[in-house]
Amino acid sequence: MSDTTQEKKGGWFQRLKAGLTRSSSKLGDGISGIFTKRKLDDQALEELEELLITADLGVTTAARLTANLAKTRFDKDVDPEEVREALAEDIAGILEPVARPLALDPAKKPNVVLVVGVNGSGKTTTIGKLATHYRREGLSVRLAAGDTFRAAAIEQLKIWGERSGCAVVAGKQGADAAGLAFEAVEQAKAAGDDLLLIDTAGRLHNKAELMAELQKIARVIKKVEPQAPHHVVLVLDATTGQNALTQVGTFKELVEVTGLVVTKLDGSARGGVLVALAEKFGLPVHVIGVGEGAEDFRPFTARDFARALVGLDQNK
Amino acid sequence: MFDSLQERLSGVLDKLTRRGALSEADVTAALREVRVALLEADVALPVVKDFVEGVREKAVGQEVLRSVTPGQMVVKIVHDHLVETLGSESVGIDLRATPPVGIMLVGLQGSGKTTSCAKIAKRLQEREKKKVLMASLDVRRPAAQEQLKVLGEQALVATLPIVPGEPPVAIARRAMQTGALEGYDVVMLDTAGRLAIDEELMAEVAAVRDAAKPHESLLVADAMTGQDAVTVASAFKERVDLTGIVLTRVDGDARGGAALSMRAVTGCPIKLIGVGEKLDALEGFHPDRVASRILGMGDVVSLVEKAAETIEAEEAEKLAKKLQKGTFDLDDFAKQLQQMQKMGGLSSMMGMLPGMNSAQMQQIKNAKLDDGMVKRQLAVLSSMTPKERQKPEIIKASRKQRIAAGSGTTVQEVNKLLKQHKDATRVMKRVQKMGKKGMMRGGLGGLMGGGNPFG
Repeated sequence: MSDTTQEKKGGWFQRLKAGLTRSSSKLGDGISGIFTKRKLDDQALEELEELLITADLGVTTAARLTANLAKTRFDKDVDPEEVREALAEDIAGILEPVARPLALDPAKKPNVVLVVGVNGSGKTTTIGKLATHYRREGLSVRLAAGDTFRAAAIEQLKIWGERSGCAVVAGKQGADAAGLAFEAVEQAKAAGDDLLLIDTAGRLHNKAELMAELQKIARVIKKVEPQAPHHVVLVLDATTGQNALTQVGTFKELVEVTGLVVTKLDGSARGGVLVALAEKFGLPVHVIGVGEGAEDFRPFTARDFARALVGLDQNK
Repeated sequence: MFDSLQERLSGVLDKLTRRGALSEADVTAALREVRVALLEADVALPVVKDFVEGVREKAVGQEVLRSVTPGQMVVKIVHDHLVETLGSESVGIDLRATPPVGIMLVGLQGSGKTTSCAKIAKRLQEREKKKVLMASLDVRRPAAQEQLKVLGEQALVATLPIVPGEPPVAIARRAMQTGALEGYDVVMLDTAGRLAIDEELMAEVAAVRDAAKPHESLLVADAMTGQDAVTVASAFKERVDLTGIVLTRVDGDARGGAALSMRAVTGCPIKLIGVGEKLDALEGFHPDRVASRILGMGDVVSLVEKAAETIEAEEAEKLAKKLQKGTFDLDDFAKQLQQMQKMGGLSSMMGMLPGMNSAQMQQIKNAKLDDGMVKRQLAVLSSMTPKERQKPEIIKASRKQRIAAGSGTTVQEVNKLLKQHKDATRVMKRVQKMGKKGMMRGGLGGLMGGGNPFG
């Protein structure tokens, strides 16, 4: 991404809003369609449930939210705004407990963050963004190019290292990722860095041998720093459907994921699966990705996300 | 998490065993479950609705065959309709044009375009004996062009030299010119990932299309995609006239409903599927297999075919003879385990078996019935003497201790293996009565001692 495109896009808050609005306007329109001058009857409820489903909330979650609405408002005349408010409130209630930033401990030198996820979810880009952010906060940050599998993944991370001014620990393609992680933690410890971000190769959660390799990385790191990795962050693509539940479940079980980063929320995908994920696993959502540039990430706020999801606060 | 459609329907339709034709009410009850099953498999809602209506038309008044339950009948109708919607035959890459034939890949970020590009190039070069040139038009993601270059080296496919700072449209032109001048048959254009709603970038990809006039424009999409699949597919269809779809990460455990969504909204065939990280992990698309998977019926066809490829005919014949005589010994058991490993390990096989729901998968996981276990079992088997393998019944306490020590396992594990063999023998005998089809359905599941509804 060139610098000129970044300038053109304007302030980050507008871009967040623009991104999330795009994701939610369809849902918002749909709700207006259902409820304008109508009673909240069975058919309206069914249509509402379907709208939530099209936002990837999943059948179960959609049904539960709809049932909740029916309990309090069934057969009353309702206007769309009211329905949205109530829905947003319910969704925000579910998301509130998981909206927690990545908490770094200043006493720890370094905080070790292992970044994991399936292929193409946006791990390397997320690391680039986080590195830029923490460098600007004045932290000393080191990156480890642990994706030794994908062609040119190391180069990609090196470029992010140059852009953000972070040292990059890198080996050769095909090298042992666990060995590299070990070396990176040693180096970060010796240099007294505040933060070490370790990239890993993308892997599908149902590949036992690749998941075992990831467990090995976590294990090997502990030999240098028994408490590490302090955070294991799973990067999740917002376009993912219901498979996200299996994905998060498996990664959590096998490598003790401590939090999520949700990427590509600037697209037309609405990331509604986050609601189901919050209910099922309660894992913190640290930040959301809304573009390819270094600035394109935001803290996750339950209320904003929920309201944007149901199409509120669009034209303000 | 997912119940198979079969299970869902059996709850609703079990009461209706053998009642002649399917009534409107039966079908409505069943279709409610079909709808949920499709949604859970990430088929987009508008597509689900059309689909369900299509099934209703076919199902109402349909005679229930004598040998099946109404539930199975509905599954059959749904499955057939699904296969029909997905496109009943597989369509490959079309190269019938004046060379160099342009193939452009488009899609969202992270959908797998670059890897797919190299896979397709390799396939065309090796199978169709075409001379292929690849060019990366991705000037946005850091090191993306470098990535394609490295993949080209790995796949032994030529790549267009990188000129730093050159814009995508110019790269596309240069690629097509180079292709024409240097006598390439195929030129592959790997574009940058872009969001369907990013006007600027969608205009760029349309400009690339106008400049290069590719014969094929393929949308590369992740099999895990949720409801957004329709938006993405229709946006790309509108802007660049897609000619086909490449579905990636089909080796994951997503149900792959996106395949149906995209096929339905674009009308474009799914031409290829990506099934792994290696450069030869690319396969043709078989609608019936994906249909079974979306419905949670297990990929029976794939399993049977894969088994057939791996198991040498001779071996199979020998095994069959032994089965007939009832002498399925531990040597045969070891062979089976080895074949299982060849077929891509237990985990990939389990995913293909019908009737394995996620709870059972979980049980298997808990029981440590993983590929490591197969390895340990093979170690146990190879620590036995030939005589022990032929006559397992002679293995008593002291032999067990020796075998456990020799294979680095425990007596319990040896016992477990012996019991599994015994169970397997029993299943095999039963299978014989059921015929070959029955073996694939009940045999392997039963062999592993996992609970399965067919066993």
